[in-house]
Amino acid sequence: MTKVTMTVNGKSRSAEAEGRTLLVDWLREGLRLTGTHVGCDTTQCGACIVHLNGEPVKACSVLAQEVDGAEVTTIEGVAGADGTLSTVQQAFQDYHGLQCGFCTPGMVMAATSLLKENPRPSEAEVRHYLEGNICRCTGYHNIVKAVMAASGQDVPAVAAE
Amino acid sequence: MYDFELVRPTNLQEAIEALQAEDAQALGGGQTLLPTMKARLAMADRLVALSGIAEIKGICTDDNGRICIGGGTTHAAVQSGCAETFPALASLAGRIGDPAVRNRGTIGGSLANNDPSACYPAAALACNATIVTQNREIPADEYFLGMFTTALEEGEIVTEVKFPVPQAAHYEKFIQPASRFPLVAVFVARYADGVRVAVTGASSDGVFRWGEAEAALSADFSEDAARGLTAPDAGGMISDLHGDGAYRAHLVKVMCARAVKACL
Repeated sequence: MTKVTMTVNGKSRSAEAEGRTLLVDWLREGLRLTGTHVGCDTTQCGACIVHLNGEPVKACSVLAQEVDGAEVTTIEGVAGADGTLSTVQQAFQDYHGLQCGFCTPGMVMAATSLLKENPRPSEAEVRHYLEGNICRCTGYHNIVKAVMAASGQDVPAVAAE
Repeated sequence: MYDFELVRPTNLQEAIEALQAEDAQALGGGQTLLPTMKARLAMADRLVALSGIAEIKGICTDDNGRICIGGGTTHAAVQSGCAETFPALASLAGRIGDPAVRNRGTIGGSLANNDPSACYPAAALACNATIVTQNREIPADEYFLGMFTTALEEGEIVTEVKFPVPQAAHYEKFIQPASRFPLVAVFVARYADGVRVAVTGASSDGVFRWGEAEAALSADFSEDAARGLTAPDAGGMISDLHGDGAYRAHLVKVMCARAVKACL
């Protein structure tokens, strides 16, 4: 075991990791930050997306030791210190962009990255960007609406093709 | 995942030395290797992470006008860094996996793995790119030796890939939406001395050049010429639940024609 230290949600945090310890397990087991979910563990579903040095990555496919010293933002670091939801989080609530909520942390982290790169995406761009995030209950339409709303654009009444 | 020792070299020489150990394996972006290891389909005593080696990252243009991409460069960096200089390659990079995968996966990792359905091998072969390692330079025509097999030797690292930029090029990908890999994809590259056509996702021998299409398109670079081709033999094609060999062979022809149309 090796001690691994990262700046997580703005604070320096340390926990032990084996060579094989995944970033998602280091966050969940080592730091008890269980907001980042493991949906598939096969690098497909996107529920474990966190921001690593500002960019979205699948935390189930990154080794913790490999990114020792990195800056990480998880879903716990997205809302304000007083609990005020971020624009994206609030839009997910307003537009019913979740049902069971399991995929939501990854969806919010991915959508937040999208709007940082592309503040006014088209609906097609939203759908393309979220291709790596799988939701098994909301069915995506309300998620897309939430992201459109979070970008300050008109929200389509009916989902496009 | 079976346990292993993780080594994080910060320069190429350290990485080369770390890979001398028995059962050592290089780790690029880990977007294929780590899922494979998690499924216990692969294991190693030691993983040598290449992500901390700055000297094998980045994109530049050499004196011969070739686009030179460090082996540790991520798909996202290729997508943004080649948008002006080699848009067909930037477009290919931007359609691999999804944004999170593109932030970790690397061109060197993709070429070293040579998955029969990976995207980069099609570009490298269609452009006859030069694959550079710490020991030598390998032309793409001599690099791809079959499914998951390359000319790389034990401990050899893809440090750089050099692409001669075509006059026109396009990568047409028929996506398999669950895996985000191509079901079949074709990279068409037109140079002053002829056209090269590389196909991925189709053959059970991995990426290949489609000679008949190259000959026809070198004589007449038109969509009609591509549509007039006979689809390659279905015998050696991958056949699985996503599509049988005959369907893949048919897609080769259709993807090729679409790629040519997009070049014009």
